[in-house]
Amino acid sequence: MIANDPNLDRRLDRRAAMRTLLEDRGDLLLVTGLGSTTWDAAAVGDDDRNFYLWGAMGAAAMVGLGLAIARPESRVLVVTGDGEMLMGLGALATIGVQRPLNLAVAVFDNGHYGETGMQASHTAEGVELVAIARACGFKETFDIMDETGLRDFAAQVHKAATTLFASIAIRVDEPPRVLPPRDGVFLKTRFRRAIGID
Amino acid sequence: MSEQRKAETPDWRDEIFAALKAAEIRQVGYVPDAGHARLIELCRDDPEMRAVPLTTEEEGVALAAGAWLGGQRAALLMQSSGVGNCINMLSLTKNCRFPLPMLIAMRGEWAEFNPWQVPMGSKTQAALELCDVLVYRVERAEEAAETVVAALDIAFNGDLATAVLLSQRLIGAKRWVK
Repeated sequence: MIANDPNLDRRLDRRAAMRTLLEDRGDLLLVTGLGSTTWDAAAVGDDDRNFYLWGAMGAAAMVGLGLAIARPESRVLVVTGDGEMLMGLGALATIGVQRPLNLAVAVFDNGHYGETGMQASHTAEGVELVAIARACGFKETFDIMDETGLRDFAAQVHKAATTLFASIAIRVDEPPRVLPPRDGVFLKTRFRRAIGID
Repeated sequence: MSEQRKAETPDWRDEIFAALKAAEIRQVGYVPDAGHARLIELCRDDPEMRAVPLTTEEEGVALAAGAWLGGQRAALLMQSSGVGNCINMLSLTKNCRFPLPMLIAMRGEWAEFNPWQVPMGSKTQAALELCDVLVYRVERAEEAAETVVAALDIAFNGDLATAVLLSQRLIGAKRWVK
């Protein structure tokens, strides 16, 4: 199968995609979801303005919403996986009602649950996250298959005047785990300090 | 109580709203509940508050975490049945010690008509306490405001999750036949 052969699969490399999203990040605030997107962000480089979820599956998009509402002057990017997004699908409806101008939700979609043995997720069986986001009221959505689309989205994250949703097709692979700090209090406190709250 | 006397006595729901205002709550996540109807309306009408309707209660636990990361205080309003939905998400609150005040309208207890409300309603307090949430229960209107003030104080002073259970006796059992 093309999809599972890394030599033939032309979908994006997840680590390279994360690097592109965080290039010249400026004051971008990042929330990552339980599992691989947290390791991806750590692999690009740990940063006090990264809030990594090590659990609470389904929380990423809603943490991003609370943060975006609290910090209208900052840009907030959520990067999570398809499985994590599927667990909190209702969040897309909730965000679709609030539509903060400074929030972007990006899903690294490989159609699989990478942390539990690569079982197929619903997106591998035809569930379309971009269509769901659009139906929930996101006005700007991105179905990203290549580097050009990714770069276009990365630029919009810093300047769009509306809530963004992107599904980014990535290869089914498991790069070596790069683990960021996992003490929740530490992650919370350093994040708040980094943006001048505590 | 005469009508005039009634008008002079502040409603406990208004007093709870005043407590949220005094505590500088800026985001209020909620799943609609008849017991919270007036409070939700007051929050929605307040220009300083962002009232966020949720599709399910655990979204509010994550919302409050994000709010705190960004320097705002949040509170969560729900019915007792929603507590069960929050269990795993409360691991976020506990691991990171996010402050999280929750106001919970009870069902499944005093004069409940619908037995389907009873399994969760009768275990709401125990479930919260299993998750290390500090629980305060309000039976009488005159205790409501001071209890909410105390729960907000300890949540934000101690970076803790707290819940105020507004009993069904206080709220009044739902009327099924009008």
